[in-house]
Amino acid sequence: MARPADRRPGFSRRAQYGIFTGYVIAVAGFLAGAALLIVSIVNPSAFSSVRGAASEIARPAGEAGAETRAAGQSVIAAIGAYFQAGRQNAALSREVAAARANALTMQALEGENRRLKALLGIVDPAVKPVAAARLIGSTSASARRFAVLSAGSSQGVRPGQPVRSAAGLIGRVIETGPGTARVLLVTDPENVVPVRRARDGLPAFVEGKSDGRIAIRLLNMGVNPLKLGDVFVTSGSGGLYPPGIPVAVVTEVLHDGGVGHLASDPADADFVVVLPVFQPAAITALGASQQAAGPAPEPSEAGGGT
Amino acid sequence: MPFPRLPDLPSLPMRPEDIVPQRINRAPSPLLASGLPWISVMLASLAAFSPVIASAPLVPPLAFMVFLAWRMLRPSLLPLWAGLPLGAFDDLYSGQPFGCAIVLWSAAMLVMDTIDNRLLWRSFVQDWAVACLMMIAYLVLCAGIAGLAAAYPLPLVIGPQLLVTLALYPLVTRLVALLDRIRLLPLRSV
Repeated sequence: MARPADRRPGFSRRAQYGIFTGYVIAVAGFLAGAALLIVSIVNPSAFSSVRGAASEIARPAGEAGAETRAAGQSVIAAIGAYFQAGRQNAALSREVAAARANALTMQALEGENRRLKALLGIVDPAVKPVAAARLIGSTSASARRFAVLSAGSSQGVRPGQPVRSAAGLIGRVIETGPGTARVLLVTDPENVVPVRRARDGLPAFVEGKSDGRIAIRLLNMGVNPLKLGDVFVTSGSGGLYPPGIPVAVVTEVLHDGGVGHLASDPADADFVVVLPVFQPAAITALGASQQAAGPAPEPSEAGGGT
Repeated sequence: MPFPRLPDLPSLPMRPEDIVPQRINRAPSPLLASGLPWISVMLASLAAFSPVIASAPLVPPLAFMVFLAWRMLRPSLLPLWAGLPLGAFDDLYSGQPFGCAIVLWSAAMLVMDTIDNRLLWRSFVQDWAVACLMMIAYLVLCAGIAGLAAAYPLPLVIGPQLLVTLALYPLVTRLVALLDRIRLLPLRSV
């Protein structure tokens, strides 16, 4: 097939000028895009208001999609449950028996914990969630990992607040609009979360790998103490994330750390909860001291909370 | 009641042309004829608001694929500068740094123009090969720009996405060809 020859303007001056103007606008668009790109790389929040407005417009579609997702998953789960009902029943009975024993131990430990804290005079701040919302969209085609939340500044959501689901940490809010907010997922490479091992408090931090897994880096060098199946929870250092939220499960042990899977897959989360910043005063003080110290040699503090 | 046999069933309108009963004294609606490419690319941009919350980049860049397919099917339908507005719209939803799609889509239009001037003949395989090159370049550059914005060299996570994209392109061209037939339905009476 020969290509269509409809771009030949002939002798019409008007058509020739039209084509020429098209080229000029295309090249100008390219240059304008390059300028916008540089601006948005230097200052990532430069276009947040435009993006916020855009997500507001697409919000109804996203909410409908989120409900479809929940319905679809429950249908598949219901069908799957029939096939494994007997086996699952036996396994669950065993688990309940074990869990009942564990629960008694937990109650005793909780009581002891409360007594010890009273002795030391520690008061835990009561964490009241800011908002509960659905995840209504995500950047599924980009190498950056953002999700869009169906609650915004009118519900009290502010940038910096952590977001969790029932199973674990999802990410933190970075931009807010009136009714939507943009969440930086834990799997984004810019998101650095201080964690500790749930079993013994081994400190580490996790960093997204952008492919659905997260890299676990240890603070102490030496023999790598990680085991497969280790669970890491937020440590609360840095003052952003409240301590004790599950983040990752180790699935691969490397020589200087490990690779983990998310404790809470954002695709499975029906509703997520936005929590207040754990220690706002500490965050403000940290920011002020960083400003006083001048620009850092490495802009790695963008991850926050380290 | 016996189960209806296949010949007894009323035939489904298999072609978009069958929707319109009357063809004489009718012309395509100008709004649909010139607006459908723009609307379809913008709807593909909105695919980010799909039910799937992905924790890895797996979904192909549908908006760019539809854009490219329209450009290949009807070279003069989208103006040369269409990358500027459509790319800006895509940037609002794609999660890439703002301006990424404007630059890359404008460049794609200019590159396609050069390719059209060089290669005088068209064929399915050649179109697919050209589209493959364009989409590989697009995805690699997108990942590079995203890595630049994250101040972190992004690992090569786009491999699976790339394969899905290359394999899916002919399907997208079929879809765009169907839309093209809908676009020219004689809906307006003259």
